[in-house]
Amino acid sequence: MTTAITTTAGSGAQRGTAPGRSTQPSAKLANWVRRAPLLPALVFMVIVTQLPMVATLGISVFDWNALYPKDRKFSGLSNYGKVLGDPALRNSVLTTIALTVVVVLASLVIGLLLALLLDRRFKGRGVVRTLLIAPFLLVPVAAALLWKHVLYNPEYGLFNGLLHWVFGDSAAQPDWVAQMPLGAVEASLVWQWTPFMMLILLAGLQSRPADAIEAARIDGADAWQIFRFITLPHLRRYLELGALLGTIYIVQNFDAVFTITSGGLGTANLPYTIYETFYQGHEYGLASAAGVLVVIGSIAVATFALRVVSSLFSEEAHS
Amino acid sequence: MSAADTVATSAGTARRTSARPDPRTEPKSVRRRNAGLGLLAWVAAVLFALPILWMVLTSLHSEGDAATNPPSLLAPLTLGSYKEFFGGGGGATPWVSLANSATASVVSTLFVLLLSLPAAFALSIRPVKKWTDVLFFFLSTKMLPIVAGILPIFLFARNTGLLDNVWLLVILYTSMNLPIAVWMMQSFLAEIPVALIEAAQIDGARLPVILARVVAPIAMPGIAATSLICFIFSWNEMLFARVLTGTVAQTAPVFLTGFITSQGLFLAKVCAASLVISLPVLAAGFAAQDKLVQGLSLGAVK
Repeated sequence: MTTAITTTAGSGAQRGTAPGRSTQPSAKLANWVRRAPLLPALVFMVIVTQLPMVATLGISVFDWNALYPKDRKFSGLSNYGKVLGDPALRNSVLTTIALTVVVVLASLVIGLLLALLLDRRFKGRGVVRTLLIAPFLLVPVAAALLWKHVLYNPEYGLFNGLLHWVFGDSAAQPDWVAQMPLGAVEASLVWQWTPFMMLILLAGLQSRPADAIEAARIDGADAWQIFRFITLPHLRRYLELGALLGTIYIVQNFDAVFTITSGGLGTANLPYTIYETFYQGHEYGLASAAGVLVVIGSIAVATFALRVVSSLFSEEAHS
Repeated sequence: MSAADTVATSAGTARRTSARPDPRTEPKSVRRRNAGLGLLAWVAAVLFALPILWMVLTSLHSEGDAATNPPSLLAPLTLGSYKEFFGGGGGATPWVSLANSATASVVSTLFVLLLSLPAAFALSIRPVKKWTDVLFFFLSTKMLPIVAGILPIFLFARNTGLLDNVWLLVILYTSMNLPIAVWMMQSFLAEIPVALIEAAQIDGARLPVILARVVAPIAMPGIAATSLICFIFSWNEMLFARVLTGTVAQTAPVFLTGFITSQGLFLAKVCAASLVISLPVLAAGFAAQDKLVQGLSLGAVK
């Protein structure tokens, strides 16, 4: 049927070709007519996203500190050696992994529990859903400020205020950010990303085949068995999708680290470290080499991610 | 257009294969358990939203009442912090940054629509060869970390005088959201029943007419949701804005970073500023609520 549209729509473009001539050029023309609507978006994306990456690759082989522009010289792969040998950068790799794994797993688990709670009829379900989505709809910097000042502040933050309220004057008053800096960043991110996971998993729950569950119930399966053998296998793809999309966003997180700890106290992740290397350190060559390494790491994750999305995609097409 | 409506609604109901049985046929024990777990959901939701509710309350307190320990729940309410926020209160006013954010978000979203709609058309209704490959190329650009390409963009902007110019953000936000929009639009346009377009063709409708009278009405909710989600991502963006703008093109999130270091008693002001700047996102998010998952999962989850 698509060909049918093409011939009608393409007739305008083909009008110039006289009948009887070889169909080759007109077929080519029709192909280009087909591609035309796609080209502006494609060309735009290649220019704006691919060119900077090529430039980063170029800069990464120069010894280039912006404070000493005259000393800029080709240095081969030495930046890569420095980056891989730099303990601060190696630490930021570990921090990035820890941050991502903790936030993605915790928000997936809490999101799953909330989705299971929401997957039923009860009074005010819409309000509950709205309340649960709200954290995701704060500007990330605003959410990070809320945690840093309003909740974590050791003197008058809500957490210590509640501790004071419940346990009286002798209550512990920890300095949350100083005592568990990475945990403080993680908690704020888990709070923001749990709604995202919940929404994806809720959609998964609601697409479960009703007849299979009914059949299992009639066969005497209890709630746990239904969850373990029907719901969880069905949710697998949604869990994978949530984990991968979450990973893509959390690996790149900059706002929370920048706002809550300014990369201090061992919380500097890769995006923050690279930002600091070129923005404050003016080490353009080093920052670019680190950037290239991050891209290589991302490609590894992305290949896997694309495969999962692709399988979900083809499943959707077959259903 | 009634035919289109019927097809669209029937497709919608068919997709809603919920595992939830009719409440009238549910046994009493199930209903009681649902009510109990519903209560638990309420408790969880209130706990989750508590920081935001507390933020709203704090923004309405005076600075003195906002910074007490234990917290003063019943302190008198005042709009003082909001007045100070909008009036500047000696410091910078937020108007410039709010206007910049609005420009960058709205204009980039328009560009995204302009580029993604035809592209999605060529990937769904009249697909090019290897259209899935093209789709995955768009997605793959989303997986490259922004921080890896930001230095050349910074250098380019500095050399061309585009630094601290809101139009540079417009271009970058367009590229940031275009892959998401192409995926969403593709999934929305692919839902349009083939038979409908064929019927219009048999009736002698030409392509522009088909686009305007068959495709557009069905795709409109999807287009609206896509726009809202692109708007949210642009409004939220901070890394590009932080590196590439200064005083002239500063956006609202960059304005908020001025609150990172404590400045004495300023909790109420932080809360007021954070809430006002988050308001457009909250509004857009709740407006797009039904399509939020589909958008955020790039159309993979319906």
